[in-house]
Amino acid sequence: MVVGVARHLGALLAEQLSHDDRVDRVVGIDVVPPDDDIGDAEFVRADIRTSDIGRVMQRVEPDTVVHMNILATRSDAGGRSPQKEINVIGTMQLLAACQRAASVRTVVVKSSTTVYGAGAHAPALFTEDMVPGALARGGYEKDASEVEAYVRGFSRRRPDVHVSILRFANVLGPTIRTALSEYFALPAVPFVAGRDPRFQLVHEQDCLDALRHTTLGEHTGIVNVAGDGFLVLSQALARAGRPAVPLPTLGTPLVGGLMRRTGVADMDSAQVRFLTHGRGVDTTRMREQLGFEPAYSTMATFDEFVRARVTGGFDSHAVLAAARQVRTRLADGLGHQRGQP
Amino acid sequence: MTGPDEPDDDQRAGALDRVAAAAGRFVRERLGPDAERLASFAGRRLTGEFEVDAFGFDEDLTETVLLPVLRPLYRHWFRVDVRGVENIPDDGPALVVANHSGTLPVDSLMTQLAVHDEHPRSRHLRTLAATLVFQLPVISDLARKGGSTLACNDDVQALLSAGEVVGVWPEGFKGVGKPFAERYQLQRFGRGGFVAAALRTGTPIVPCSVVGAEEIYPMVANAGYVARLLGLPYFPVTPTFPWLGPLGLIPLPSKWLIEFGEPIRTDEYPAGAADDPMVVFELTDRVRDTIQQTLHELLQLRGSAFG
Repeated sequence: MVVGVARHLGALLAEQLSHDDRVDRVVGIDVVPPDDDIGDAEFVRADIRTSDIGRVMQRVEPDTVVHMNILATRSDAGGRSPQKEINVIGTMQLLAACQRAASVRTVVVKSSTTVYGAGAHAPALFTEDMVPGALARGGYEKDASEVEAYVRGFSRRRPDVHVSILRFANVLGPTIRTALSEYFALPAVPFVAGRDPRFQLVHEQDCLDALRHTTLGEHTGIVNVAGDGFLVLSQALARAGRPAVPLPTLGTPLVGGLMRRTGVADMDSAQVRFLTHGRGVDTTRMREQLGFEPAYSTMATFDEFVRARVTGGFDSHAVLAAARQVRTRLADGLGHQRGQP
Repeated sequence: MTGPDEPDDDQRAGALDRVAAAAGRFVRERLGPDAERLASFAGRRLTGEFEVDAFGFDEDLTETVLLPVLRPLYRHWFRVDVRGVENIPDDGPALVVANHSGTLPVDSLMTQLAVHDEHPRSRHLRTLAATLVFQLPVISDLARKGGSTLACNDDVQALLSAGEVVGVWPEGFKGVGKPFAERYQLQRFGRGGFVAAALRTGTPIVPCSVVGAEEIYPMVANAGYVARLLGLPYFPVTPTFPWLGPLGLIPLPSKWLIEFGEPIRTDEYPAGAADDPMVVFELTDRVRDTIQQTLHELLQLRGSAFG
């Protein structure tokens, strides 16, 4: 059972699972029918914020539940309060239904490294055991840590169920739309002057592969999932050829409000903190316990996203050609100098 | 890789070409053999073809820009003499523990340069910085790219486990912001977190004594009220700052000596020693006493501060 199937990754996961020989039947749950193709998976309409989900669970009797309905951006939900309701109340209802359903053997939750928060006090690399929510101050950060708290409560009450929480770094790729992808696709990208946050990315295919790997395996526990290596913002913008606009801050009501009203970007406080301080997570456990190896590094993920989504801007070939030109000239200069007696 | 419009030199050989060649010669003459390196560096910057590590360290930027900018200060202004650099291992982790002074943490920058320039393997000292550093724009960015990270146990252990040379100034603000009258008197060494981290990873501790940094900005008073207003740990008043404005930020040209002492081994302690406060405090005191003694010896050796 895939919860949140009307969303892009949810639909893709349902589709890929439905073609997998190891899976007999896939049921996709959401409040609206999915736009994307979900393959042979069945769609069942249910609102996870209500006890509907309990009745569906009794009828379908799934052995595995993948929860992918945690929304990172408020515009996806239509505002901050629906977002919070879907994230927190939705997870509570879904877990209550799972607790009642004797058939459930595995629960996989797609969470995010946002639970760690971001800030000047943050260590360079977060490991899974660091207190979640210590730096999470509000908005989606808080939702994500509350959701995880309910999941941990559930795993205490149903010790027979394999419960996995996958904390993904920002997912990017050729097709997915997230707050970050729309940010990088802006014609001119605003950033906080004097800040160059570093970050990790997960390719959308790696994200699906990790979820599938966990769904079909018997893993229990919390794992960070991120591609190898890091990018810093200025570097990413250079690779995408985006002109950057330094702003004193992105978070004040003036700047943030202006960007929202003009439709440039709708950033909540958690995202502003991320774009100011950056974040890094340790992925040792992903390799050693989950046994998952992402195919794309952070840089490869970003480059693939750029090739598919970003048009215009500076041409890095032209820049490279110019740099080569300068080097040739300098070499010529040297040649002349050496030629002189 | 060939660009879409690779210029054909034969066809375009004209005035533009001669100007470019002349400009190239000019740049070469001024910059010497560095010009080509800088040109390819600029190309890498413009296309984002470089890598930062998990802590945000940008080796390319550090070696091409940050360290060269500091080098004249190191060589000609402070005339730094380095002793005992062989006490830093050629490979594998080490924890360099040093005294902190000078109102602004110039001593950590100079120690970083000393390790890089004098060590046969040109190792990078990965320094640990206070939270304040990471709250400030520009500074936080440069600090991370220059190899600094937050002084917290998780980061120290991650760096040491990765086999890096880590630099720590356990006196913190108490050391760097102490009045001139208390120069070369070591302050309390924090809570000994650095010793615990070294014990957990079995890393040798290299005590490092820096003489000279105390005189660069002699702090005669601390404007506590201004500091509280700005949210800073102290606000220095020196003979030149804030009276001369930005000119007051020019450090006095004191003579510097940096000595790296004999490494203190930590791998002979039993497992769990890091959680034994007595072991940690004893080791902390040992490191502190070593540095204090060496400071006195180096002061004798140096003689006049500005000689």
